[in-house]
Amino acid sequence: MADTPTGHRRRAHTRTRDIERYAGLFAERTGVMRSSAMRDLMAVTARPEVISLAGGLPDTSTFPPQTFAAQMTRIAQTSAAEALQYGPTEGFEETVDCILQVMGAEGMLPDPEDVIVTTGGQQAIDLITKTLIDPGDVVICEAPTYPGAVPVFCSYQAEVVQIECDEDGMRIDELEATLARLDGDGRRPKFVYSVPSFQNPAGVSMSIERRSRLVELARSREMLVIEDNPYGLLRFGGDPLPPLYQLDGGDFVIYIGTFSKILSPGIRLGWAVAPPPVMEKIVLGKQAADLCTSTLTQYFVREYFSEGHWRQYVDDLVEIYRGRRDVMVAALAEHFPAEATWTEPEGGLFIWATLPDYIDTGDLLARALRDDVAFVPGQAAYADEDLGRNSMRLNFSGVDEGEIREGIRRIGKVIDEQVGLYKTIAGAGDGVAEGAAQGARGAGASADGGGREAEQPSGDVNVLPFRKTGEGSA
Amino acid sequence: MKVAVLKGGKSLERGVSLRSGARVEDALKRLGHEVVPVDAGADLVERLLEEEPEVAFVALHGRGGEDGTAQELLEMLGISFTGPGVAACTLCMDKALAKHTLRAAGVPTPDWLALSEVALRELGAGEALGELEQRLGFPLVVKPSRGGSALGVKFAADPAEVPAALVAAFSYDDRVLLERFVAGRELAVSILGGEALPIVEAIPTGGDRYDFEARYEIGRTRFECPADLEDDRAAAVTGAALEAYEALGCAGFSRVDLILAEDGPQVLEVNAIPGLTDTSLLPQAAEAAGRSFEDLVERILELAHEPAVAP
Repeated sequence: MADTPTGHRRRAHTRTRDIERYAGLFAERTGVMRSSAMRDLMAVTARPEVISLAGGLPDTSTFPPQTFAAQMTRIAQTSAAEALQYGPTEGFEETVDCILQVMGAEGMLPDPEDVIVTTGGQQAIDLITKTLIDPGDVVICEAPTYPGAVPVFCSYQAEVVQIECDEDGMRIDELEATLARLDGDGRRPKFVYSVPSFQNPAGVSMSIERRSRLVELARSREMLVIEDNPYGLLRFGGDPLPPLYQLDGGDFVIYIGTFSKILSPGIRLGWAVAPPPVMEKIVLGKQAADLCTSTLTQYFVREYFSEGHWRQYVDDLVEIYRGRRDVMVAALAEHFPAEATWTEPEGGLFIWATLPDYIDTGDLLARALRDDVAFVPGQAAYADEDLGRNSMRLNFSGVDEGEIREGIRRIGKVIDEQVGLYKTIAGAGDGVAEGAAQGARGAGASADGGGREAEQPSGDVNVLPFRKTGEGSA
Repeated sequence: MKVAVLKGGKSLERGVSLRSGARVEDALKRLGHEVVPVDAGADLVERLLEEEPEVAFVALHGRGGEDGTAQELLEMLGISFTGPGVAACTLCMDKALAKHTLRAAGVPTPDWLALSEVALRELGAGEALGELEQRLGFPLVVKPSRGGSALGVKFAADPAEVPAALVAAFSYDDRVLLERFVAGRELAVSILGGEALPIVEAIPTGGDRYDFEARYEIGRTRFECPADLEDDRAAAVTGAALEAYEALGCAGFSRVDLILAEDGPQVLEVNAIPGLTDTSLLPQAAEAAGRSFEDLVERILELAHEPAVAP
């Protein structure tokens, strides 16, 4: 960096008045994009000495480097010029063939014409939202929902309505009540976004009854459902559940898939499957966004799938992740206090833990970082900043079993500290304890937080899971 | 001149510090200095011994950098450094200590009571909490004594909200302040070498006064510099800020945050090493005073102290 011509670097010339000037130029939608002290806090989780249970990372160290080298060499030898060229906006047919294999493994048989290859599943969420959402449109999703989806919906200025989950996934009765309420207001949600299998962040899966009912609702109301299914093949136990796409046949369910969790997130390859009229618009959106998905990584996937071992690799991952899930569940039972609950997922990458409501997991993270351990505060999974404050997402796929044990032990220790402290404080004053237990949720929220509970009659949407310590089924 | 820019570190404000440091490095290079960027980690001393800089520009924020730790180390190594010295940094970082010092010096600061975790856990301080709340009244602001930015700062509207707010604040420090909430305009006075720069006012755009995080986000707070104040009010604010700076023994530069209430200014805290990023308040104030960022950096460098014990 020593020879960077510093005279040309822009940052040096930024003045305060420039910032004011830019502020006047920002699109309205940037106003709802969130950035905060919390983002700086998350930046600290990247320190090498931190055991991070915060990521959503698959363990790519399990992929054999020699396989990678052999495939890239073959590409260089046989098709270097093509691999370095632009490709079709929809993606290569050969990539779609691989996608059909992956979807076929879960019983889905889409028309190849309905598939578009995207730059990761994240771009599929963005393109679908871009295609369907005008400012003020209602999007329905789970509570909690995939933290990466919230900023997408917000950046298109959707009104996000979240439906509580329990251990069988999104509560469809509550969805129906919400739809009826919206009908009453003359509003029709554009789509329902769901991660039905091994949900991120909650780790729960939608039951077959609820899946069927959701698809029925979609058909009878002619309402779109976006099924995001990155983890379906990462099943450690229980019977496979049919994807919504399979139940519906692809009329009202738009499907999002990805190679990120079964092969590599670094190759940035995902896909969307949508009926032709919707697909036409998505393709236009994709063209505007980035013309085409990386040709090089599509060639890589084609090579990799041609060897025919991809299922074996997924099975290997499942074995590793199952072991890590077991270790994390055991560690939670050992180190988390009796007041805590958590999910015990049968697949995927995440466990969702919920603490007593007087603990703010954002602040807890600051404390935990002093002991070099990190997780994702639950608030990230809610559009309303006052919700999810006492929950956390814990990832078990990205670190080894020893680190999981140690990481959970450290988090358990700081939670114990805070539970003890709270009891000391609240238990001391006359009658403080009772009032405090009810009022605690408000603390830390903005002063007008009390007025925002209207939409949630119970005031408590963190009803997820929820086995108590010791009742584990694993 | 060979200048080591100390930035990053392990504090929760690492991100801001890296941005401050990078901007200072650019300015120093343009000023013709030889720049050695140093991320303050386990090899800090080794790097400094190896590079032998003439001055260390301390662009660290929060624990380990703004609290006297880095300054003590620089004293030990006999390296001159920018900003306040060890004692002032230690005082400013600890809001409880700083407020005691301010009050002793007659500088107005909102009423407060401090509470340590040990007092709660081992000495039954919880029993006195009700009375304490009564004396201060509601609403209350609960904050960690040693914490930077808005992290852990909570607003408690009534007694029921206090225990959780305390637990949150104790996530950042083992001592916590309960401070009487003072309504008024939010002002910041940056001081450079004993001279006050134009006053900056933070005006929340969302209308939510108690959202402490909003202050740190572009678009959620508007900054006006110089603040629109009558002359005598401005003089009172600047006066209080200078008194606070003096009382805490600051040197080089610092930033004083105040509330301008009906009956005059109240000092909330002094940031020994305030942010120097594109959006930070000190550079904005310097610019309003006609100083470019390069000017500001050069002046801070001129004001660097010699180590107390000469090498």
